[in-house]
Amino acid sequence: MTGVTDVPFWLEIVVSALLVASGLTVVISALGFVRLRDFFSRMHPPAIAYTFGTWTVALAGVLYDSTLESRLALHPWLVVIVLAITVPVTTVLLSRVALFRRRAAGEADTPPPLGRAVDVPPGPDLSQ
Amino acid sequence: MSLVRKVLPAPLTSCAVFALWLVLARGTGASDVLLALAFAVGVPLLTSRLHPEVRVRRPLVIARYLLTVGFDVVSSSFEVAWGVLRWRWRRPDSRFVVIPLELRDPVGLAALAMVTTVVPGTVWSELALDRSAMLLHVWDVGDERAFVARFKQRYEKPLREIFE
Repeated sequence: MTGVTDVPFWLEIVVSALLVASGLTVVISALGFVRLRDFFSRMHPPAIAYTFGTWTVALAGVLYDSTLESRLALHPWLVVIVLAITVPVTTVLLSRVALFRRRAAGEADTPPPLGRAVDVPPGPDLSQ
Repeated sequence: MSLVRKVLPAPLTSCAVFALWLVLARGTGASDVLLALAFAVGVPLLTSRLHPEVRVRRPLVIARYLLTVGFDVVSSSFEVAWGVLRWRWRRPDSRFVVIPLELRDPVGLAALAMVTTVVPGTVWSELALDRSAMLLHVWDVGDERAFVARFKQRYEKPLREIFE
């Protein structure tokens, strides 16, 4: 461990600002989660936590580690890439389940299922 | 050619795994590179039955698309955060929007689902059985026709160029 003194002061300010920005993002995201009433509207505020919130932390990590080790350290950014792959799985699953339950319960202002349009040719076969 | 394809069924995946391993290992010593090579060859071979043949074109379009999405993630984050903060004074116009699609490639549609979910303010909700339309829940729609036009131009069109 080389110690914190190797990192210039201005970079510490940048890194701190990024970390604070991330914290604020998560707070606003939680606030939206509490304030909103509708399930689907509530899916949007957490999105800023897992995008902007993690991006700022990852960027802070990249800047800090790269300076500390005097070479490009990109590994914090892998979190961003992996999150972009895993988060849509849960989000789309939640959204599908909510839609399915609402339709089953016959709730008002739920969009009808997108059926098969007659005049559109079907897409390529997925079953092979 | 056929031998190369046998050993490297998915060259792009191999490159990605190779880079991923080197970044994770945080080193470029001989052992790191050897392990990265082993994984780059081994992982696509082991999973070759799982993923379909993917054809990707236009690297410049891909690069520009990544930049577009990155920029939109940041700008939409501010938009959603601002919408949450002034929720008491102005309620966002959150509702479902049906977007007609021309993109038919399954991998392209998966990429579109990822993009819409990762960009704050939109959540992918449904794909029509014949892939002719998708249902999107949008945080603040405003003018629906303008939104649909912007969405298709900004997100769907580059994917058609890349995957079709």
